[in-house]
Amino acid sequence: MAVMNKPPVTGAGRFNGVLTWVDQRFPLVRMWQEQLSEYYAPKNFNFWYYFGSLALLALVIQIASGIFLTMNYKPDAATAFASVEYIMRDVPGGWLIRYIHSTGASMFFICVYLHMARGLMYGSYRKPRELIWIFGVMIYLALMAEAFFGYLLPWGQMSYWGAQVIINLFGTIPFIGEALAVWIRGDYNVSDATLNRFFALHVIALPLVLLGLVAAHLTALHEVGSNNPDGVEIFDNIDPVSGHPVDGIPMHPYYTVKDIVGVAVFLLVFSAIIFFGPEMGGYFLEANNFIPADPLKTPAHIAPVWYFTPFYAMLRAVPPMFNSQFPGVAVMGAATLILFILPWLDRGKVKSIRYRGPRYKAWFAVFVFSFLVLGYLGVEPTTVWGEFGKGLPVVGGDYVALWVARVLTLAYFLFFLLMPWYTANDKEKPEPKRLTW
Amino acid sequence: MKKIFALLVALAPLFCTASEAGPALEAAPINLADKISLQRGAAAFVNHCLNCHSASAMRFARLEDLGLTEQQIREYLVFTEARVGDTMAVAMDPKVAKAAFGVVPPDLSLAARSRSPDWLYTYLRGFYRDADSKSGWNNTVFPNVAMPHVLWEYQGTQALQVDEKMDPHTGDMKVSSKLVLERPGKLSRLEYDQYVADIVNFLTYMSEPAQTSRRHWGILVLFFLAGFFVLALLLKQEYWKDVR
Amino acid sequence: MTAIVRDNVDEKRRRLLLIATSAAAGVAGAGVAVPFLASWLPSARALAAGAPVEANISKVELGQQITIEWRGKPVWILMRTPEMLAILPNHDAALVDPLSKDSQQPTYVKNPGRSIKPEVFIAVGICTHLGCSPTLKKEIGAASDMGADWPGGYFCPCHNSRFDLAARVFKGSPAPTNLVIPPHRYVTDAVVVVGEDPKGA
Repeated sequence: MAVMNKPPVTGAGRFNGVLTWVDQRFPLVRMWQEQLSEYYAPKNFNFWYYFGSLALLALVIQIASGIFLTMNYKPDAATAFASVEYIMRDVPGGWLIRYIHSTGASMFFICVYLHMARGLMYGSYRKPRELIWIFGVMIYLALMAEAFFGYLLPWGQMSYWGAQVIINLFGTIPFIGEALAVWIRGDYNVSDATLNRFFALHVIALPLVLLGLVAAHLTALHEVGSNNPDGVEIFDNIDPVSGHPVDGIPMHPYYTVKDIVGVAVFLLVFSAIIFFGPEMGGYFLEANNFIPADPLKTPAHIAPVWYFTPFYAMLRAVPPMFNSQFPGVAVMGAATLILFILPWLDRGKVKSIRYRGPRYKAWFAVFVFSFLVLGYLGVEPTTVWGEFGKGLPVVGGDYVALWVARVLTLAYFLFFLLMPWYTANDKEKPEPKRLTW
Repeated sequence: MKKIFALLVALAPLFCTASEAGPALEAAPINLADKISLQRGAAAFVNHCLNCHSASAMRFARLEDLGLTEQQIREYLVFTEARVGDTMAVAMDPKVAKAAFGVVPPDLSLAARSRSPDWLYTYLRGFYRDADSKSGWNNTVFPNVAMPHVLWEYQGTQALQVDEKMDPHTGDMKVSSKLVLERPGKLSRLEYDQYVADIVNFLTYMSEPAQTSRRHWGILVLFFLAGFFVLALLLKQEYWKDVR
Repeated sequence: MTAIVRDNVDEKRRRLLLIATSAAAGVAGAGVAVPFLASWLPSARALAAGAPVEANISKVELGQQITIEWRGKPVWILMRTPEMLAILPNHDAALVDPLSKDSQQPTYVKNPGRSIKPEVFIAVGICTHLGCSPTLKKEIGAASDMGADWPGGYFCPCHNSRFDLAARVFKGSPAPTNLVIPPHRYVTDAVVVVGEDPKGA
């Protein structure tokens, strides 16, 4: 058999024999070389490049802590809330596992948002990396669904009412809405049936989808190689002697060792939160969620968890039209879906913001500002900035925050919709031939 | 039409929220390291609160955290047939409670997390006599609360003094209110505040018994991770000497 | 030329830092594993359910047996009559382990009667063969349905294991060892706590 004639493994000391045996039956050496020791990546990765590996770490942490929570959690409306307190008090180490999972969810979104910001800034979605971007947006959507299903499980007041409101949004879809909402819930109200199916989706269905999408995301990445802060392709410049990109360095050991530093900082932040502030002022664990779900009593202030709030602010900004809240739902949906077509909206000649012209930079600043402020507005009640004077035209008597949200929602969409124009007509700087270092 | 209405009803609370309203909350003097205070609070809780409220996530046996032995817990804190390993169930039948008060007294296991210690501290000191209410009592923090002033014998009875003053600048009537002690109780004001502080201290402990342990482990973990960060950084910098 | 230039590489320092960081990572890994593994230990709820059980034996007549539950298992408390106790030493030859050398019991019942007080016999009512609960056959000899030389004892209906009135297994039974005696102590003469050893034991 030809495969038995592969060169034996060397350099692993006493493990050479065993590894050779494995390598004859499993492409161990080839995988190691292709994915790590001979996968060349640009040498100029900066702060923004930590968050991909950290997001992967967050996924592993959520799965591990989630599995152990499932060992004691009861997905039944009558006992779910109590089972969480059982984990917090009666299960040895249970409180730590719970906090790891609740904090990990927010850490996951922080890493994903920063990771996406990197993609936006450096044009990592541009050809030939469109598919990496598309898989990434799919991961983002799957992650939002995963978080939404998971949030119902503690069966607190926020869990229950948050789910009730969001599912009712699906109910606004014309023609099929009401039937759809009943079908999602399995009942006329959020109930035990809803809890049980959300449990199944959260614990196994979506994790499998996420793992598959992450594998596809990384496969697509390794097929074309990483982008970098200069947006210049390192594979355009190969060293004739070694055959490797002149500005590239092997993933292992250089980026494995650098990512470990990133992991150390991540764990420091992660642990500081878990051990000293797991509630994060009510943003990671809401006070109202320490009250068991009561279908007869709506909390004074329902807000989604912080990572959904920009889109929630957009939803609230759009007024009901034709007697339906559906337009708001549609706008909210469009705000996420528009990310898919980003590679085709961008008509710029350069990839990285470092070489973009002033128009792009201005619009990018507008986009970031809008997203952040919308996020803040989504957390607060619409009354947060008071009302306009009654005499004013158009806005008279309305809440200030409402109109700010409307303007910012428009700005968010214009960043994307006007992109084909302002990227094609911008004074870009010349891209360097070699990486800046 | 119905579904739009249902949606609006569900979303309505968003648009009619009062701001974080209510009177200013006084800071509760919480000290979870003070085990004697926690023990006093536990005794007060079991004596006065457990009659109507449950604490069904809390086991009696866990009170060893407060420096008590199992024997002491059984002798001083367990008044029913319950075994020391059991949870703190309520003495009253919820149906009876609902008939008497109009609402089932909520479980207090997590009261300090859903309300906050400051809220509980201000609440327990904020009862005043109100002839118009069903129980004869009202509360500055929780208007028209169904709960009577269980600790009135300790605090005495308070009245709500409402003053109306005309604001000289705007001409609007400014309403201010404050609590005034009508009839003193068994404890002085300071003593009662301490009594309530003990109870709230205990409720804060009870809402998350692992919190002291959590902070203790946190210090160790952060120190270790700081050291690990230094090592990892040194390792990275050493290898990156190769990169030009 | 490439981005990697390995000149003047201090291999010793790299090896040292690598080992130190790996060791720290190992400690971190072990540290993280501890709460996860610890979560498998019996929870406070399980400990509460498995707590020692008190039984009042003042009303149990001689020759009667009561069954209490401890840790989900049936525990027999049998008041042995003088007649039963007298027969006990007479059939050692028919027993697999008359001195209970290979069988499970606390040190303080290592006597022929396998009990603290001779007349109060306490045992876990689960057959050491495959876990069924044997039946008490206290009638002696011809009065029982177990044969003329039956000294009184327990019979397991599942696979016909036989035990005497100190729950010692008879030869020929599928069960390999005598029945288990649980830890127990007397609070007073009338009250016994199953699940706790006597003080100082």
